[in-house]
Amino acid sequence: MFAPNFRLFSDIHLGIKNLLLHKLRSLLTMLGLVFGVGSVIAMLAVGEGASAEALEQIRRLGSKNIIITAQKAADEQAQANARSRISIYGLLYEDEERLAQTIPTVSSIVPVKVAQKSARMENRTMELRIVGTNQDWFELVMRPVVAGRVLEYRDVQERSNVVVLTEHGVRKLMATEAILGEVVHIGSNYYEVIGVVLSEGASEGSMQTPDQQTDAYIPITTARDHFGDYFSQNKSGANIRELVELNQLIVEVDKEEHVEATAEAIERMLAIFHKKKDYSISVPLALLHQAEATKRTFNIVLGAIAGISLLVGGIGIMNIMLASVTERTREIGIRRAIGAKQRQIVFQFLIETVVLSMTGGMVGIAVGVLIPKIIHMITAMPTIVSVTSLVLSLGISVSVGVIFGIYPAFRAARLDPIVALRHE
Amino acid sequence: MSNPSPKTEYAVKLVNLTKTYTMGTTQVHALAGVSATFEKGSFWAIMGPSGSGKSTMLNLLGCLDRPTSGEYYLDGKDVSKLNDNDLSDIRLKYLGFIFQSFNLIQQLTVEENIALPLYYLGWSTQRRMERARELGCLVGLEKRLKHRPTELSGGQQQRVAVARALSNDPVFLLADEPTGNLDTATSIEIIDLLKRLNQEGKTIIMVTHEPDIAAHATQRLYMRDGHIQKTEE
Repeated sequence: MFAPNFRLFSDIHLGIKNLLLHKLRSLLTMLGLVFGVGSVIAMLAVGEGASAEALEQIRRLGSKNIIITAQKAADEQAQANARSRISIYGLLYEDEERLAQTIPTVSSIVPVKVAQKSARMENRTMELRIVGTNQDWFELVMRPVVAGRVLEYRDVQERSNVVVLTEHGVRKLMATEAILGEVVHIGSNYYEVIGVVLSEGASEGSMQTPDQQTDAYIPITTARDHFGDYFSQNKSGANIRELVELNQLIVEVDKEEHVEATAEAIERMLAIFHKKKDYSISVPLALLHQAEATKRTFNIVLGAIAGISLLVGGIGIMNIMLASVTERTREIGIRRAIGAKQRQIVFQFLIETVVLSMTGGMVGIAVGVLIPKIIHMITAMPTIVSVTSLVLSLGISVSVGVIFGIYPAFRAARLDPIVALRHE
Repeated sequence: MSNPSPKTEYAVKLVNLTKTYTMGTTQVHALAGVSATFEKGSFWAIMGPSGSGKSTMLNLLGCLDRPTSGEYYLDGKDVSKLNDNDLSDIRLKYLGFIFQSFNLIQQLTVEENIALPLYYLGWSTQRRMERARELGCLVGLEKRLKHRPTELSGGQQQRVAVARALSNDPVFLLADEPTGNLDTATSIEIIDLLKRLNQEGKTIIMVTHEPDIAAHATQRLYMRDGHIQKTEE
């Protein structure tokens, strides 16, 4: 398109020189893009950080898992408050068997029976969440084993008095180095510590994970024997009495694409056998999809804001370049008279706008990288500046330069050299 | 300094050249059939009162405009029907302009101004600057090469313009009232420079309305109402 001996470097050099003739003007022109690009990168970084955290929490629940949790039915709750009576709700031992036998896409089911008990070791005590479960729990939740072993099939079969503690629990209960083989007093029974796992259980208030820091894992059979299904507690004057067989069922599905269909099947099946809806089903994968959809919407909104700010920046550039063309009409006439072709004039002005917009874009990137760092320092909010957003913004700012520079450049080139030479 | 390949005896040959402008509903014949030959090595002055078609002639000779009809041969090549792009190329390779108001680019230094056509010809920076120095010496501005045009006197600026016009070794120099913005003493300096260049073989066509200045040319052409009134040696 351009003459064979065209020199890009000289043209860029000339463009920079012309821009430096009006330093303040060039700087002000650039500001629109600096703030446009900067704010977009910063917003994207904050958004990306927030959604990455949410997605990670959901992913920790297991994308192939379906979590069914016992829940007091809505009307049951009201009655329980009215007068003291036994509320019977939650998942049944039968549910576990039925699910395992009737739904072929279920690869394993982990029953969970929870009881709050205080544990004692020598003179230290601690409130624990006793989780009666089986060997599969540890496979689904996937927490690293710090010492010893986790529950095994034989523990469940033999109804052994064994417990797996969390690292957090161990630190609270034990002063000694030797943990394994020690005996903990929980409720009215004694248990041998066989292993310690690391707990990543999230702190309260955030996304629910199956495990908690204060967990102690015992075989479900043992839990049934020792604690039964009946639960009574005095809470703020009222006597709460409950009969719950299982608090939770964690279902693992064989393939990710079967998760949603399986969840529907479970829902339908439970609905047949439970008169009231005394359970809730949560599907991490669905939450994941939902979070991803939210993120997409968020990105579209951001994109629109970015588009508007870049448009404003681009109009600023176009405005200045049009003024510059008028101001330099004489120069254009001279160059044309000497023999510059129209396309060389176009190129000369286009180079200037691109240099302007690219510099603005790069300064904007610096601002956009800096702002999330400051936000992170002040609020400890996670921020992620993605390389894609940087490359994209630079590309977009160059495009803005070309798009908004083309009209002024063509206007410059189309000037009649005779008229342009006479321009005062 | 010599002309490019001497293919023809003439630098410029015009055959029945016309230029008609339409102003509203009336047609103005700025040039009404002009035929003339400008030999290589000649120094012509084109004279005439305002409205005689002098400026139109200048624009056509300078390849800044196209004739309505007729032919314009520049060193053997018919340039009367070329498009804007090709005309730019002709100006770049075969023409050297000298203007009344110098028309230097203020942001560029003297040497950059002199070498500007070479930039569009695609010369390397080093070659351009060598040539600019050489031409700067020729017009007596070797000490001013790094200066800006605004730091120079009118006469000096016009000499920069002459050096620039010479940089591409054109077929002819086209001067438009080259002394119009200068005082008498400086005018003579510039005219002497042009005469010297002509004696060294450069073809020069100068448009002027001052008889004193035109007297320095070797041939004169008088225009009136779009026609050539007379020519004299």
